[in-house]
Amino acid sequence: MASHGIRDQVAIVSVSCTAFGERFDKSLDDLMLEASVECLDGAGIGRQDVDAYWLGVANSGMSGIMLARALQLVGKPVTRVENYCATGSEALRQACYAVASGAYDVAMAVGAEKVKDSGYQGLPAPLPPNDGTTRTLTAAAMFSLVAPAYAERYGVDPAELRRVLATIASKNHRNGARNPKAQFRREVDVDTICNAMAIAGQLGVFDCAGVADGAAAAIVVRAEDAHRYTDKPLYVKALSMVAGNASGNLDPGYDYTTFPEIVACAADAYAQAGITDPRSQLAMAEVHDCFTPTELVLYEDLGFCPAGTGWQEVLAGTFDLEGDLPVNPDGGLKSFGHPIGASGLRMLYECWLQLRGEAPEDRRITTADRGLALTHNLGGYPGEMVSFVGIVGNALG
Amino acid sequence: MSETRGILRHGAYVPHHRLRRAAIGEFWGSGGGNGTRSVASHDEDTTTIGVEAARIALRGASDSEGPTSLWFATADPAYLDKTNATAIHAALRLSASAPAIDMGGAVRSGSGAVLAALAGGGRTLVVTSDRRGGLPTGADEREGGDAAAALLIGGAADGPLAAELLGTASATREVLDRWRVPGEDRSRTWEERFGEGAYLELGRDAFARALDEAGIEAGDVAHLIVAGTHTRAVRSIGGRLGVPDGALVDDLQRQIGTTGTAHPWLVLSSLLEGAEPGKVVVVLVLADGADAIVLRTGDAVAQRRPERTVAAQLASGGDVSYAQFLRWREQLTPEPPRRPEPQRASASAIDRRLEWKLAFVGSRDRSTGLIHLPPSRAAMGGGAIDDMEPVPMADVAATIVTWTIDHVSYSLSPPIIAAVVDFDGGGRFPTELCDCTADELAIGSRVEMTFRRLSTAEGIHNYFWKARPIRGDVG
Repeated sequence: MASHGIRDQVAIVSVSCTAFGERFDKSLDDLMLEASVECLDGAGIGRQDVDAYWLGVANSGMSGIMLARALQLVGKPVTRVENYCATGSEALRQACYAVASGAYDVAMAVGAEKVKDSGYQGLPAPLPPNDGTTRTLTAAAMFSLVAPAYAERYGVDPAELRRVLATIASKNHRNGARNPKAQFRREVDVDTICNAMAIAGQLGVFDCAGVADGAAAAIVVRAEDAHRYTDKPLYVKALSMVAGNASGNLDPGYDYTTFPEIVACAADAYAQAGITDPRSQLAMAEVHDCFTPTELVLYEDLGFCPAGTGWQEVLAGTFDLEGDLPVNPDGGLKSFGHPIGASGLRMLYECWLQLRGEAPEDRRITTADRGLALTHNLGGYPGEMVSFVGIVGNALG
Repeated sequence: MSETRGILRHGAYVPHHRLRRAAIGEFWGSGGGNGTRSVASHDEDTTTIGVEAARIALRGASDSEGPTSLWFATADPAYLDKTNATAIHAALRLSASAPAIDMGGAVRSGSGAVLAALAGGGRTLVVTSDRRGGLPTGADEREGGDAAAALLIGGAADGPLAAELLGTASATREVLDRWRVPGEDRSRTWEERFGEGAYLELGRDAFARALDEAGIEAGDVAHLIVAGTHTRAVRSIGGRLGVPDGALVDDLQRQIGTTGTAHPWLVLSSLLEGAEPGKVVVVLVLADGADAIVLRTGDAVAQRRPERTVAAQLASGGDVSYAQFLRWREQLTPEPPRRPEPQRASASAIDRRLEWKLAFVGSRDRSTGLIHLPPSRAAMGGGAIDDMEPVPMADVAATIVTWTIDHVSYSLSPPIIAAVVDFDGGGRFPTELCDCTADELAIGSRVEMTFRRLSTAEGIHNYFWKARPIRGDVG
């Protein structure tokens, strides 16, 4: 039993991303089509040149037919995947394995979500028929459970933690303000975030990711074929996924200050990629900042700093655009919103821009020469979570 | 009577919330009154509060001491056509062989159930429960209350009696004094002088014949409890029956109001909590006639005092605003959260997990001892499969690990307060909290489980458990 990974076996030769936002004028078909065409154009190929498609859509529809119909793909294998909010990363992962296996030469992952048609705030997910004992709290409430637990365990004054969380959101808004594809393009200061309307626990509205429609896509080929499509491919160094067994909600040993699924997933990804010190080896990370406490815990679970120190690193600016290790240079879920199926591929899009030196100057990282970027995408809640960690690099070896 | 029968165990549940009657006057500009009334929360109905009363009464009873049948009486049933007692039966984990029957519709069904149980049979748990109210500013809103009471009735052979039966009598007459057509949210009454006259006559008659049967003189009555549907008759008859001064028991009207079907038995339970042995107690119920029951407290009366007393519950209630009261009674409809409404629960899914859902029974892995909530076939962390035993958790106290307030989720009374709680001796469950405000809570706060109605969708009441703070009302 082992996780071998497929390091340097496949390359990403095009990534696309639509503008995210309240795109009331665009259907799911429109969004999938927009991302797909941009992605195909980027690689200089047509729909017929892609051998197989993976479509990540969580709540907006069912089956690969959604994409086959929208793009009029004739006789192609199209697979719809869903894995909570890590759905977009799951589509990429399947496409990569399909090419690595030798089954296909060219595969495309498309992630899309039409969230703003529900008429409700947030991301209400319909439940299958059940016995009525299933928890119905919002995701914000579930993730807000982390803040008091963290403050208690590490002896952080709740008021100080409040400002730490706001600093995380403010950092992401600052980055997002420099991103033309982001939903929210406005800087927000720490005081405004602290004083915002309460949503759950300590969290106000600015501690929560936005709700947006959007789509993103990526084309995957064998590493040796990459230069046929682009001069600057990204090589897949690691793809790791852990589906939690939901024991955090059963086991008094779990304390809500860490996400064990992510710790395990990161360890596997670093082993696949041969990374021993992520903080100095990674040029950047795109992480799943669905709520501010999530991003705080992720710094620690992804090994960017020791457990219990993330809050100090935030105040030191470690994860700012100009910091030691920029996190969410594109603005994150905070600025982009969270079209569930698209988010994982949207993260990859920022790695694509930054590692190729194509990010706009005002949000370009200064660490790109490290050549490695991480995407982290999660779904579920503290205690019961799916985690994805992917690592890409701009060179082989 | 071949066998001495009486009350083996008793207990009453008074919902946490109290409405100050003056708040009614403050809102409307006149009316209201003194004191408080008890208010069932938005997640309580007569079934849930019945479960709580029964849990208080049966706490500590072994299976062999428990009920062999369950009779549930209320004038405000959560369901019609469908029996409500079966949900109580499930919550109490009674044997499938124990019949669970509703005696519903009228306040008198409560005394009917008690009389029938006293007349014979095995160990019968009589659960009486009511939620009283009417239209805003009305007397029923002001003077009513919400509560439940449970009596385990059986023979002397079933265990020491808290009170033994000496005699009963009833007087029946069709009296059009109070009525409600099904579906209406208020009762109507005739002018009160007519009913008062009728009830005084009926009450005197039943009282006298019950004393005759018991072989007791009015002067020997140590405690007289009078309750019923006609406030004026209830108040005026007490002084006209010849019982000694001081025998008339405080009817708790000032603190909780008149709790309809439950009220005589709530007051009886409250009395028995502090009563001395060998005292004659008469319960006189004026409701569509009169029922009188003569009891004598047993030597075991102190031993049978429930762990959670009425007195302690009266002392620990918390205020509810009049606006909130009107919202809970669905007489004011504020803007709901812009979130999907709850879905209905699935009948077959409920059936598969009845013990979990209604009795809060988890499973314990035999090899590791780890408790799983909800019950699971596979042990957490990849342990054994199908090596679990049921573990009832409803009566186990717990401690808050972390908690939050959800301002967004759908609720009849937002915001929702939720917590992750760890149970004494093992087991964890993320749960909703009730009967509390955020300023009472902290990591480390102690909580206990309580049976509630989470929501209603398509007419299906979704019963499950929540946690509430443990207050100083135990012991």
